Amino acid sequence: MSADLAAMETDRKSRALRNRLFQIAMLSCMFVAFGTLVVLLADTIITGWPALSQQLLTGLPSTEPGEAGARPAILATLYLGLLVLFFSVPIGVLTAIYLEEYADRERWWNRAIEVNIQNLAAVPAIVYGILGLAFIVRGIGVGRVVLAGGLILTLVVLPTVVVSSREAIRAVPDSIRQGAFALGATKWQVVWRQVLPASIPGIATGSILALSRAVGETAPLIMVGAITYVAFNPTLFGPYTALPVQIYNWTKQPDADFQTLAAAAAIVLLVIVLSMNAVAIFLRNRYRKQW
Amino acid sequence: MPIALLVVLSTLALVAAGCGGGGSGSGVISADGSSTVGPFTTKAAEDFKASGGVDVTVGISGTGGGFERFCAGETDISNASRAIKDEEAAICAENGVEYVELQVATDALTNVVNAENDWVTCLTVEQLNTIWKPGSKVSNWNQIDPSYPDVPLKLYGAGTDSGTFDYFTDAINGEEGASRSDFSATEDDNVTVQGVSGDKGALGYFGFSYFEQNQDTLKALEVDGGEGCVAPSASTAQDGSYTPLSRPLFMYVKKSSLADTEGLADFVRFTLENEQTIAEEAQFVPLNQEQIDEQLQKLENAGA
Amino acid sequence: MASADVSVAQASTTALPRKRVRPGELAVQAVLFAAAVISVLTTVGIVLSLLLPALEFFGEVSPVDFFTGTTWAPLFLDAHFGVLPLVVGTLMISFWSSLVAFPLGVGVAIYLSEYAAPKATAFLKPILEILAAIPTVVLGYFALTFMTPFLRDQIGLQVEVFNALSASLVLGIMLIPTIATLSEDAMAAVPRDLRDGGYALGADKLQVSTRIVVPAAISGIIAAFVLGFSRAVGETMIVLIAAGQLAQITFDPRQTIETITAFIGATGNGDVPTGSIEYKTIFAVGLTLFVMTLVMNLVSIRLVRKYREVYE
Repeated sequence: MSADLAAMETDRKSRALRNRLFQIAMLSCMFVAFGTLVVLLADTIITGWPALSQQLLTGLPSTEPGEAGARPAILATLYLGLLVLFFSVPIGVLTAIYLEEYADRERWWNRAIEVNIQNLAAVPAIVYGILGLAFIVRGIGVGRVVLAGGLILTLVVLPTVVVSSREAIRAVPDSIRQGAFALGATKWQVVWRQVLPASIPGIATGSILALSRAVGETAPLIMVGAITYVAFNPTLFGPYTALPVQIYNWTKQPDADFQTLAAAAAIVLLVIVLSMNAVAIFLRNRYRKQW
Repeated sequence: MPIALLVVLSTLALVAAGCGGGGSGSGVISADGSSTVGPFTTKAAEDFKASGGVDVTVGISGTGGGFERFCAGETDISNASRAIKDEEAAICAENGVEYVELQVATDALTNVVNAENDWVTCLTVEQLNTIWKPGSKVSNWNQIDPSYPDVPLKLYGAGTDSGTFDYFTDAINGEEGASRSDFSATEDDNVTVQGVSGDKGALGYFGFSYFEQNQDTLKALEVDGGEGCVAPSASTAQDGSYTPLSRPLFMYVKKSSLADTEGLADFVRFTLENEQTIAEEAQFVPLNQEQIDEQLQKLENAGA
Repeated sequence: MASADVSVAQASTTALPRKRVRPGELAVQAVLFAAAVISVLTTVGIVLSLLLPALEFFGEVSPVDFFTGTTWAPLFLDAHFGVLPLVVGTLMISFWSSLVAFPLGVGVAIYLSEYAAPKATAFLKPILEILAAIPTVVLGYFALTFMTPFLRDQIGLQVEVFNALSASLVLGIMLIPTIATLSEDAMAAVPRDLRDGGYALGADKLQVSTRIVVPAAISGIIAAFVLGFSRAVGETMIVLIAAGQLAQITFDPRQTIETITAFIGATGNGDVPTGSIEYKTIFAVGLTLFVMTLVMNLVSIRLVRKYREVYE
């Protein structure tokens, strides 16, 4: 008996040790991930702080690092963001409504649309760049302009908007719909007046997160010629360069001052992206409905 | 409702973006092409704008890429670090694009090594050819010269769309485009600077201005073109003693744009008249006055 | 489906007149369908924009040379069109980044799902989202200016200026949130009963986590892995800035390499001269990339369906 007890004791101790180690291991995974994030942010901020100035925000690019600014790039990024919002939200939400409320799953074409959107979400952003170059810049002939960039970024984030909108719509309980139908509402009335308003916080969160991703995208814009040196405010049908592309260009300059400038511009970009994320998270927490 | 407000505001902002903006849109001069000449044109554009001129955009797709767009009529100016090829000229002619070729600076194509490379100062053209020719298997410095240490050779160079590549391969390997392919190739010379700066055994080549801007991390090699070792510099490039790697840098200007695009003629004339200042600011090898006058005359004849 | 319910409701009351469809409803349905079709058009567009020039390319370059050749020098005088170096480069990056992202990601997921208090989770998950939101150009910059010097000076590794390892490490960290959130969702979906059953039988947390929760959530975890891997395959900026442009077949992550995406990004920079062989290589290579990610996505869907445990 006592031998068994002793065995159980050591067994328990080693189990306790193993569990402790396991917990520490899992915790360290967290630390590695967050630690790297902290290092990244710290490194960027420390490197870029000296160059963070009004000059950067309001000035024009220049070959002199001391005089260079990123105003056209910042403005273009904001315009691109607006364009993405303007195009992707309606199309994405309408698609989501169609798939969730109207589409008959039995039909092959509806299943095809679903699988299609799933696949599109997995396509690398640069392939959208190739698509954009072939069809939007050359095909429709819009050219290397802000509008083209906005359209391509819309396509990049569209699958994400659809998926998150679908989840938001799906989260609305069926009882809401049934109640409306019972009162004699038509399908569209149910959607427009009950389902959609109820799912707006979820849709908004998903859209803003998609937007923050679009704003940070570089590869597709490079493919459609976000030109190097643009020293004037961008317009819808004019040439442009976006903030991530500007950072990319400055990164490539070995001149240490431009590296500092790139870091400073990265801070600006991070501020833009992270504030969008913060808004999305705030919306999610504030308007989270308990059904 | 806040959402409706948001929608209205964004639409207004978009419309403002579409209509507003000063001095851009159709009045923009577009330049594209060589990444060697790019910084020069950018500097010229900056100075031009500072003196009240219109906006100029500058891309760096590479000399070849620039000509593709130029001959398709997409750009007003094509920056080039080599002369236009016959095939390219034919495409231009086919598309009705007439141009005037202007030399805007001179360049000393520089071979660079890492600043910590203390064993080599000068390479002959033959040695360069051995290193860079197609099918070359040279992978270590001691294969170039037995007195060099046993250090792996890492090569960085210009991409195939680059005029620098065309000029270098023509001068060193005897034929444009003839080169070994196992090196880090890029149209963007800055990447070459980064590569060579970071590797003790690296060897690369690009335009002189890129070396001038990075003298603390790079060392320029002298080149022996048959008359002894000559270091690249403004003077040796200008007087031609730095052979075979001193080369003219060009701007090709579309003739029809000279008439149609507002400000283009002014910009080109401004660039030529202030060429020496711009070249020095951008760290290029300036033309002498005689050469400038010659280019101005060409511009006149082209109808500007 | 809601419409089925309505018709059932109507069928059961015989006194109501037949359903009249308002014309507005039809118009609405048409608009909605049109919106959904845009996504289909996008796919069609991608396929067409890649396929046609790629087919032209394969008219000039034999597919055998393309897929089995070991030298990638498409734009040189003595051109070689073997795509293997690019594919190897891409897979190397994906492999090393997955090696980092997968264990760490699953570890984070286990911690969040099994160990962390709800308050801590509410605080930690947004931070994970922040990590996921960092633009890749900033990450690429970080890889080149911090990670490479760090590996050289602090760790003492002989890495090249542009190397696969720095890019992979940073890319791996970037993928942790993706893998962690998907895995954590899968683990959260495992009902409490299963865990409680384990505890009731005297299992400790380690055993419950690794032998009950993870196997139960395995479909989600596999999906997370495949998604992470395919995102690594498609990633452009980090490798473009930090991994280099030297297409060579090497399995040493300290070397410079070139991925498919870096080649496309570098070659397509600003201009793609139409009609030339350079134009077409982008499409051939882009098509290869598209097919790779597509296949991975379909595999992931199949795997998820095969291993999914449905808890009702």
